[in-house]
Amino acid sequence: MSADLIVRKAGPAITVQDLGRPGHAAEGLSRGGAMDRLALAEAAALLSLPAPVAALEMGGLGGAFEVTAPMLVALTGAEMAASRDGERLRWNAAHLLQPGQVLTIGGARRGSYGYLTLAGGLRSAEFLGSRSAHLAAGIGRPVAAGDRLPLGDDPDPSARPVALQVEDRSGGGTVRMIEGPQTGFFATKTLERFLDTRFRRAAAGNRQGIALDHDGAPFAADGASGLVSDPIIAGDIQLTGAGTPTVLMAECQTIGGYPRIGTVLPCDLPLLAQAAPGDALRFRMVTLDEADRLLAAEAAIRRDLRRRVGPLVRDPRDIGDLLGYQLISGVTCGDDLERS
Amino acid sequence: MQAIEPEILPLGPDGLLLRFATVADPQVSAAVQTLLRKSESAPLTGVTEVVPALASILCRFDANVASRAEVTAQLRALVAGEDWDVVARPAPARIWRIPVAFGGDHGPGLAEAATLAGIDAAEAVRQIEAAELSVLAIGFAPGQPYLGLLPEHWNLPRQEALTPKVGAGALVVAVRQLVLFANPSPTGWRQIGQTAFRPFRPEAVEPVPLRTGDAVRFVAVGAGEMDALLAAGDPTGGAVCETAR
Repeated sequence: MSADLIVRKAGPAITVQDLGRPGHAAEGLSRGGAMDRLALAEAAALLSLPAPVAALEMGGLGGAFEVTAPMLVALTGAEMAASRDGERLRWNAAHLLQPGQVLTIGGARRGSYGYLTLAGGLRSAEFLGSRSAHLAAGIGRPVAAGDRLPLGDDPDPSARPVALQVEDRSGGGTVRMIEGPQTGFFATKTLERFLDTRFRRAAAGNRQGIALDHDGAPFAADGASGLVSDPIIAGDIQLTGAGTPTVLMAECQTIGGYPRIGTVLPCDLPLLAQAAPGDALRFRMVTLDEADRLLAAEAAIRRDLRRRVGPLVRDPRDIGDLLGYQLISGVTCGDDLERS
Repeated sequence: MQAIEPEILPLGPDGLLLRFATVADPQVSAAVQTLLRKSESAPLTGVTEVVPALASILCRFDANVASRAEVTAQLRALVAGEDWDVVARPAPARIWRIPVAFGGDHGPGLAEAATLAGIDAAEAVRQIEAAELSVLAIGFAPGQPYLGLLPEHWNLPRQEALTPKVGAGALVVAVRQLVLFANPSPTGWRQIGQTAFRPFRPEAVEPVPLRTGDAVRFVAVGAGEMDALLAAGDPTGGAVCETAR
């Protein structure tokens, strides 16, 4: 039986995202896919799926959703206020949604991109092997109120609600970078100052790139004027004419002529994606050998995510109809001891 | 042009950039296209994606199949086999002829571009029609070709101010190159013409019709004919493609 996801309300920046479409850079199309790829892996772990499936990526604000068949749904990425028919729902957890129940997801409390993943996976149209919208390339469109998106079957709708222990990656921090082909065009002093600088995520930022602000002089690439355009990858730190950095993200262009001071490691892009405007960010340069070790460790963590899934223990504060529960037998007035 | 000294440099943890030069030059694009052809006829072990640009090629690899050192060694061997300063541009696989309306509303920057190139508008059109252009790279936006290289006197600077928007199919010029825009876009390049050719067709079986190394010739048509092509909405925009070999 096929099911649908019904979108009753939608924030302005909701798109369908999976892991994107690699292998098309020679045709000018960057991979795209989820800004926080780890969040899709976490959802797969929560839903006991063998691999990430297409989900809704919600930039800043969620919406209201219903399903036409019982379905386990995972909430991962930026923590948002979520409730099911008024009952508060834990983030980084999977909950059962029944037809007729309304899942309401509000604004992000921490972080930037939240993810709603349904156990059956979204089955909207594929293009070049991916369902990801790539708005910069004109592929797909934002999800809007009134949309009905096809879903696959939930492989196990009787599964219990579960939660995942997640290390918070919101609020900024330090991201690791490696040198790239153009790092040598920057003076050593400029690079050192770059690595000593406390940046802030700027207000400007989207799925193409995240701009950073800083106090102090711009970062000029003296040896890089008149460079011919060459290939770009996600994570590249581009210095535009004004000398302020932009970290290129999922929907970046594929080639470009602005100098790039280095490349953020893929395992640290989720932290960058989840930084909110104003959050502090720093860069730390690592060697290629260290990068390989960090990425291997990250891959091991992803493989192991399922072990960090445990039963969802309900917090009494989350229970909307608390008064309906018989909590204590033998209620007292609290001053019995004084009376006796 | 200085002697071409290829460098192999990491780009990301799973990429190696083979860089022939940091400037655009006809000999450099001959080198890029020769290496691209070689990598297509004898794929490198472990390389998952080859991305050509104007003066460099990115090879992304799967470290589970071949390590960075192993891919570097394969690239070194490939580079050692040629004298890149004299290598000839490979014959194009295909030749495209694309109708374009130059000047007027379709190319408001033609007169200025011609002046900067030291010629008049009619001569500029003649030279662009005569130019044996090649798709040097596809990028920035899906399907969008960088075409070149035009003769030296076309080494025009970009405009100081951005043009807020040119339409899809706009033909723009700067730094000895032409770009045919896939989507409406702001640009610092000067629009000299308009085509009805769509370089990215998401609805088509082959969404990106052009390939790096294809030859392109522009064929001037009148403003009325272009308006008819634009109104017809055919994504080929009247272009024809011949297989050259």
